[in-house]
Amino acid sequence: MDKIRASLLKKSVASKIERRGKIISLSCLALIILVVFLIFYFVASRGLATFFQNHINLWSFLSGIQWNPGTLGTNGQPAVGALPMIVGSFLITICSALLATPFAIGTAVFMTEISPRRGARILRPVTELLVGIPSVVYGFIGLQVVVPFVRNTFGGSGYGILSGTFVLFVMILPTVTSMSADALNAVPRYYREASLALGATRWQTIYKVVLRAAIPGMLTAVVFGMARAFGEALAVQMVIGNATLLPHNLVSPASTLTSILTMGIGNTVMGSLQNNALWSLAMILLLMSLFFNLVIRYIGRKGKLNNER
Amino acid sequence: MKKSRVIQLLGLILIGVALGFGYTHRSQTNAGESITAVGSTALQPLVEAAGEQYSANHTGIFINVQGGGSGTGLSQIQSGAVAIGNSDIFAEEQAGIQASKLKDHRVAVVGIAPIVNAKAGVTNLTQQQLIKIFTGKITNWREVGGKNVPIVLINRAQGSGTRKTFESYALNGHKSAESQEQDSSGLARSIVSSTPGAISYVAFSYLDKSVTTVTMNGVRPTEANVRNNRWKIWSYEHLYTSKNPNQLTKNFINYVLSTAVQKKLVTQLGYISVHAMQVERSATGKITTVK
Amino acid sequence: MNAKRADKLATGILYAVAALVVIILVALLGYILVQGVPEISWHFLTSPALAFEAGGGIGIQLFNSFYLLILALVISLPISLGAGIYLNEYASKNTITGLIRTTIEILSSLPSVVVGLFGYLFFVVQFKLGFSILSGAFALTVFNLPILTRSIEEALANIPDSQREAGYALGLSRWETVTKIVVPAALPSIITGVVLSAGRIFGEAAALIYTAGQSAPALDFSNWNPFDISSPLSPLRPAETLAVHIWKINSEGIMPDAKAVSAGASAVLIIAVLLFNFLARWLGKRLYKHLTAE
Repeated sequence: MDKIRASLLKKSVASKIERRGKIISLSCLALIILVVFLIFYFVASRGLATFFQNHINLWSFLSGIQWNPGTLGTNGQPAVGALPMIVGSFLITICSALLATPFAIGTAVFMTEISPRRGARILRPVTELLVGIPSVVYGFIGLQVVVPFVRNTFGGSGYGILSGTFVLFVMILPTVTSMSADALNAVPRYYREASLALGATRWQTIYKVVLRAAIPGMLTAVVFGMARAFGEALAVQMVIGNATLLPHNLVSPASTLTSILTMGIGNTVMGSLQNNALWSLAMILLLMSLFFNLVIRYIGRKGKLNNER
Repeated sequence: MKKSRVIQLLGLILIGVALGFGYTHRSQTNAGESITAVGSTALQPLVEAAGEQYSANHTGIFINVQGGGSGTGLSQIQSGAVAIGNSDIFAEEQAGIQASKLKDHRVAVVGIAPIVNAKAGVTNLTQQQLIKIFTGKITNWREVGGKNVPIVLINRAQGSGTRKTFESYALNGHKSAESQEQDSSGLARSIVSSTPGAISYVAFSYLDKSVTTVTMNGVRPTEANVRNNRWKIWSYEHLYTSKNPNQLTKNFINYVLSTAVQKKLVTQLGYISVHAMQVERSATGKITTVK
Repeated sequence: MNAKRADKLATGILYAVAALVVIILVALLGYILVQGVPEISWHFLTSPALAFEAGGGIGIQLFNSFYLLILALVISLPISLGAGIYLNEYASKNTITGLIRTTIEILSSLPSVVVGLFGYLFFVVQFKLGFSILSGAFALTVFNLPILTRSIEEALANIPDSQREAGYALGLSRWETVTKIVVPAALPSIITGVVLSAGRIFGEAAALIYTAGQSAPALDFSNWNPFDISSPLSPLRPAETLAVHIWKINSEGIMPDAKAVSAGASAVLIIAVLLFNFLARWLGKRLYKHLTAE
């Protein structure tokens, strides 16, 4: 009897495996979280030094429009005004997302609802291929094709927000398209069947049922696209002109946080004001992507048709 | 299930044995002797090429060369993380660097010339005109005898060695106006060649037919003119080491300064040999004649 | 306008949009290939790069790209698989899980420049790994983890619960159900996720400039001992990848044929991604068959 008792009270092999599996998977997750915190710590420890060690006023950093950390600005403090870059980054991200979203969603609907066969055969491989093109190559095509096009059509020198928008549009299109298509594919089949059975046309089904059900997924797709646009450095840097001026219009040279960051980081010495100021830009990048995420999450929660799967 | 476990285990043991074998049989000569040089991207090709030749002549010695920019090079050598820091500028000119703790080795001279887009229609500018153009006082090529095309300034990135040299010796210390910036010579050149009315400046090695090279005050940007300082826009390329570098570092720097490298490699890569200079310039810009 | 007309109109518009996107994307690919393919030759693919003379190749960079890709995937795939499993199978729906998800999304929207700089500070300087393949692989892992985790989580979420219930009904523990039933069933979509992220890794330059370095020292292809610094397998040697090489020759290259090399290298990169896609798909199909229909 005791033997049976013992074997019944003992943990089964399966439950041991279960415990081990849970621990393994949890530690993987913990590792990722750790990495995020490490990055935050590193970036913040450098980025905050601008304000604590070099005693730059936070407000003058965010609202100043002069950027030349080596010299003194009009107010006697070092000229570290990041506003032109912040405006540039925001403008370029929003413009390219606005431009890319209708195209991406249209294509995704086509891929999933209208002609899945062609979608799978042509569109999907092409979009997946494009994700692998290095941003440098996009930048160079931008330089050779987009900049002259913008210069001849819209005037100006061709370098500016508009050229950056076009380049980013092409860059984020594949990502947003394939993620939107995933979101649409995840909408259960019976939603469509129910709608069609009620006598709705295909378009009505798409518009009134499928798209609504896929809103959170598609919003995520757009955020991913925006995040990529926001953080893109090498391609944008080639076509935006990198002038730390507030853009007057869409064709005047401007700059983004990333472009100034990549250009400057190699030319500054760790620990100096110039270097710290660049890390502060990196910190803004971090905080702004955090902000984006939270906003979209909020919208996603509100726009959700139903929660259960 | 059981069988696959055994195979897995065997595979692991096999990999382990192979790694252990590899570790014990690694060639000892390659393991220790290497130095790392980090910094200026403009100097990188030279150090890289010299390093390759040096390794070819001295088996088992490995010269590891990385870019990253002059600022990176100087901060890495200051923190002692690398053996050599490559820089386009004097350590004295770089904020955050204590130059007195480093040893300067000037290994080459690089000349810098203004370039303009062919459509601007100018081939010569006086220094005053150049200053006015870069400070934003002249905005159309018509005003300096060119065509009626607006001027597009293409600067190099803030803190770049080329920009510092250009502002000190071409603009006489005037700071240039806020404008477009690019962080590499190749990009600056390709933008000038494709943008009507654009002006920028690049090292001599990047001059080619796609852009118009401008003479300043009638002086042509040539190697001969740099040697005797008639062309003033030039700078040294530096290899910085700590005060007491190790033997291998010393040997390598001597090799870079040897006639073999200076005569062939340096000129092939478009730099000017330090041995050919008739003048010497200090960190503060004082010129002395070399006998 | 009646519903039928609206339906026709919308279908037409969708066709037009899709066609336009295809035209843009195909034109882009065609542009790169037309410019680059004529430059590709056996010599170009195998010989080392030359710094200041014409006629250099991309052999070492190509090898480095593949090696780095494999290393990065080897490190990041298990971690993101574990994290994806936990998020989808174990985590309860509460604020903490939501917070964790947000954290991962932030990591994924991190600009690759910042990842590169973090990698530089952390792996290169702090851990003294130097500019090396290992530093590069870690940086790419940081860059890759969130994307992969997300796609794996989604792949797992798309497996119907009936599969899990079947597993429990057979007396399997949750972990066994996940590893034996859910993951194999989700394998094709996991593979797609891996392929997508592999493409991004392959083309990534900004995160590698300050971690894997910008120089490609000559390799001794007869020496496959990973502990020798000149061996192709050595994880501690600096390694310029193809994407970094394209960036470098475009910005600072002084070889006379820089344009041709960059065009050729871009075309090679795309072809490599293409081949990789096909290979992964084929492998995914075979694995799927092997794991599910045995």
